[in-house]
Amino acid sequence: MATQMTDGHRRFLQVLMSHGIMEGSVARTLHRDCCEIHKVYYAHDKLDDFINVVNIHLQPFFMQIRKGMSEDDGRTYYALVNLAETEISKMASDYTENELELFRKTMDVIIISESGFASSTNILNLADQLRTKKMKKKEAEQVLQNLVQDKWLSERDGEYTLHTRCIMEMEQYILSNYQDLVRKCNICHSLAIQSQVCETCGIGMHLPCAGKYFKAQTEPHCPHCNEFWPHEIPEINRPDSQVPSSAPRERRRTSSSGTRRR
Amino acid sequence: MAQKRCSKGPGLSQGEDLAADEDYALTQSGSQVQRNLERLSPAQVDQKVSELVQYLLVKDQKKIPIKRADILKNVIKDYRGVYSEIIKRAGRILQQVFGLQLVEIDPKYHMYILVSNLPRLEVENLKQDDCTAKLGLLTVILSFLFMKGNAAKESAVWEMLRRLRVDPGVRHEVFGDVKKLVTEEFVRQKYLEYNRIPHTDPPEFEFQWGARAAKETSKMQILRFVAKIQSKDPKAWSTQYNEAAAEEAAVGGLSQDTSTHGDTGGASQGARRRTR
Repeated sequence: MATQMTDGHRRFLQVLMSHGIMEGSVARTLHRDCCEIHKVYYAHDKLDDFINVVNIHLQPFFMQIRKGMSEDDGRTYYALVNLAETEISKMASDYTENELELFRKTMDVIIISESGFASSTNILNLADQLRTKKMKKKEAEQVLQNLVQDKWLSERDGEYTLHTRCIMEMEQYILSNYQDLVRKCNICHSLAIQSQVCETCGIGMHLPCAGKYFKAQTEPHCPHCNEFWPHEIPEINRPDSQVPSSAPRERRRTSSSGTRRR
Repeated sequence: MAQKRCSKGPGLSQGEDLAADEDYALTQSGSQVQRNLERLSPAQVDQKVSELVQYLLVKDQKKIPIKRADILKNVIKDYRGVYSEIIKRAGRILQQVFGLQLVEIDPKYHMYILVSNLPRLEVENLKQDDCTAKLGLLTVILSFLFMKGNAAKESAVWEMLRRLRVDPGVRHEVFGDVKKLVTEEFVRQKYLEYNRIPHTDPPEFEFQWGARAAKETSKMQILRFVAKIQSKDPKAWSTQYNEAAAEEAAVGGLSQDTSTHGDTGGASQGARRRTR
């Protein structure tokens, strides 16, 4: 396999960076376009190999294009993530000390909650408990808006959860810093922020994973303890269809059914 | 060009404070840098280079020019003695891996931006980010300024926008606060310069192209854009055409990467990169 980087790879990387995160079908279209524009080898099923070439070149800078799944709709996403949790990456993120503290506290609330959401009221109440420097509600609202804009958080009806991009970038950090609090999905074994939890044995599943797992079962039972599964079975969106789709942000809004009834 | 002026921007004073400090870092001769390099392990230097690459990429996301003073303070720190080597290597990596060029847009305060080295294209489906509309607005303003002789009064710009049903006094459903977007965001990103016209009372302001606009697009691309909208030949505006051709010839001698691609969507295309 060729490991040489071409302008096709560079263009792919640039567009991906401008988006922050990109849904699978959009990334596949982009792959095709980049190869066509720069007249380089293209095979429609070789996106991951194509990305791998980029990753070989990114490795020395502790960056990687990573593939992940959205907890909302189960689709595949690609994002450029930073692997080194260095002082630099924190500082370069343009947030002040107390803004970062608010983000960390918000993350605590989200992770401790079973649903994977924190209400805005809840978060705004944290603003005047900050150790570094207290924040007015108005300021905190602005910070929340910025965090959503920069794809650290995503918001739905006044409730906040971690953005897919954030989970992709921070998965390792979260797993090691919240060891006992955080759940892994019983189906796909990656970190689960929004999940359905078995009321008997406590295992959790991503909503899309649960949707897929229970799809064929008329009476759902926990895959671990075999007790009755008391939650509404999430509907699955066509996972990763080839149909060109709208921007991820809009889509996320529409896929909320059955998320949070706990 | 626009670089000769430095409009009011945040952090200028900081730049001045550190100016002496910075210049120390740059007064070293090549052989001094070589000697300093020998004192460090290659791994240490590589680490700094990759930190710098990351720093520049993250900072550039916001499209605000990156000050050398900040680079020294936040990344280089104790490695000032090999600064020139580190920035040279970082520039090479940005070019080889990311297809981006590190450009110093303000030689006085040493500010950098990243500009794509890849040819600009008219491929619609590559631009799907939220900022396309804003950059469309920007392209219109840049066109207006170029056609008006490279500068225009603020009031003339607002008047032109109003005719396009974008009223700076009214909240726009896509652009939000138009006045803020044009006079603050575009200015901070160095797409536009916004300065007081000397000796005006009450004060009047004028717009010009900013340094980033000059790097990300060209007068010829803007002229072709205007010509396309009006279904005319660019040569119909002889003054502007000659000016644009002269710029093209001057730039063409330095780099061959972008100028030959005569697409009219160039401004918004080039400008579109890495915005959110």
